[in-house]
Amino acid sequence: MMTDWEVVIGLEIHAQLATKSKIFSGSATTYGAPPNVQADLVDLAYPGVLPVLNGEAVRMAVKFGLSIGAEVARRSVFARKNYFYPDLPKGYQISQYELPVVKQGKLAVMLDDGTVKTIGVTRAHLEEDAGKSLHEGLANASGIDLNRAGTPLLEIVSEPDMRSAKEAVAYMKKIHTLVRYLEICDGNMQEGSFRCDANVSVRPRGREKFGTRAEIKNLNSFRFVEKAIHYEVARQVDLLESGGTVLQETRLYDSDKDETRSMRSKEEANDYRYFPDPDLLPVHIDEEFIEAVRATLPELPDEKAARFAQDFSLSTYDAGVLSASRELGAYFESVVAALGAGHAKLAANWVMGELASALNRDNVDIVFSRVSPKYLSDLLLRIVDATISGKIAKEVFEAMWSEGKTADAIIEAKGLKQITDSGAIEGVIDAVMAANPKQLADYRSGKDKLFGFFVGQVMKATEGKANPGQLNELLKAKLGSS
Amino acid sequence: MSLTRQDVEKIAHLARLSITEQEMPVYVTSLSSIVEFVDALSRVHTGDVLPMAHPLDGQQQRLRADVVTESDHHEKFQANAPAVQAGLYVVPRVIE
Repeated sequence: MMTDWEVVIGLEIHAQLATKSKIFSGSATTYGAPPNVQADLVDLAYPGVLPVLNGEAVRMAVKFGLSIGAEVARRSVFARKNYFYPDLPKGYQISQYELPVVKQGKLAVMLDDGTVKTIGVTRAHLEEDAGKSLHEGLANASGIDLNRAGTPLLEIVSEPDMRSAKEAVAYMKKIHTLVRYLEICDGNMQEGSFRCDANVSVRPRGREKFGTRAEIKNLNSFRFVEKAIHYEVARQVDLLESGGTVLQETRLYDSDKDETRSMRSKEEANDYRYFPDPDLLPVHIDEEFIEAVRATLPELPDEKAARFAQDFSLSTYDAGVLSASRELGAYFESVVAALGAGHAKLAANWVMGELASALNRDNVDIVFSRVSPKYLSDLLLRIVDATISGKIAKEVFEAMWSEGKTADAIIEAKGLKQITDSGAIEGVIDAVMAANPKQLADYRSGKDKLFGFFVGQVMKATEGKANPGQLNELLKAKLGSS
Repeated sequence: MSLTRQDVEKIAHLARLSITEQEMPVYVTSLSSIVEFVDALSRVHTGDVLPMAHPLDGQQQRLRADVVTESDHHEKFQANAPAVQAGLYVVPRVIE
């Protein structure tokens, strides 16, 4: 009999905190600087230097904790995680171990089918990033760039609550949305500002005990997370069904080959010998600090989605999409403000439809959209006041997008104004009826489906400019009266 | 608690130390006696003592303002490095 396997996934997400300077030194954190120009004596681990904690990194961690309803530790401790690697000059990474700054919290995640699942967040702790090793262009050697060394990270550790790759991606996207809302991380995955490790195991459904897990390191896109988990689950199931056992190990996802493979070097280094860092005092956070941070919390994604659904009578799905980023939410709200809440659904359809696909197609961020909220709402107002039809509006939108002009200018220039003069529409209908006597006879003898044919002919003759509602009405009357 | 030769080999490996055959017995004995010395603490009743992470735990960790204070001195720092190329510190090849 085939075993029904249940997948168990936990994620460790590394969010690079958007501070100007590093977590323990006054070096800059700007991305893309020439190698090693942003690495000072502390980052290089010169003898005798001491780390000094960046208050902004602590504030950002607390902000995250409050946003997931977690308890903020009144006392947290930095520890040394000891291992040797050339991109880690000190021989240890300063992290938090037994006493992290953010304790247990939780996050509601909406899945594709619309159901909401709550995922536990075990903890979130502050730590420093390591440098970068580069292997290209050097014969038998590696080059080390320490610009990234000491960059503040918030490691967000989930409970093993996810049961599929899709759930894992949905959770990761939610955290991604959240950290950008909080403005504590730019979320740029290409630049490595947001990445994750996935702990994956399988167990026969119904069994309580977890299977042995493998940890897949450094996944830096949502697609890779999904693909790596799929591959890893299939690998473990194959292994178990053929009588083998899963090893607890660290694996690397190779996106070119779409497979995970063992990182043997990391196995023996697994004994990190954590101990409290004597260079740093425990961090005490008082009520006043926490309340000051709480006062800076923005409207959170779930709150915004609930408000959109409530105030604008949108579906949960639409409200969720439109609140996926602060910028998108703000864009949508300014369009609705200009149109009136009664037309929120129209605004939602256009923002999620034409606008989103144009942004996607040209890979433009909504902040830099070539059609501003004002221009879009002006266009939609022309649908509302029946100057143009929805179909023509799409044509106008494309022209606005490529030419950067207002809707009115394009409607005027292209002569797209809708025909709402009944007499004019009737004239066209008469001509169409006269030109198609056979279809007219067929229609009148019961072929109702030909109605669409007549609509099409009139639209063709008017270049799509006949007001659709009026056309329907007039056509029905004309065709019916023999 | 006394350490075995395997314990010492593992610790040496983790610390990237190479210990010769002649040195090995000395390390096993000396390290064991250090560990035994510290083990004396486990005979003390500490059930109601909070773990102390730092001798100055009563003090506040000072927080630094998020300001960039350091400028680029990589040429000066790299003068101390054994090998440098194109601004990178060059080390023996490490690759997964």
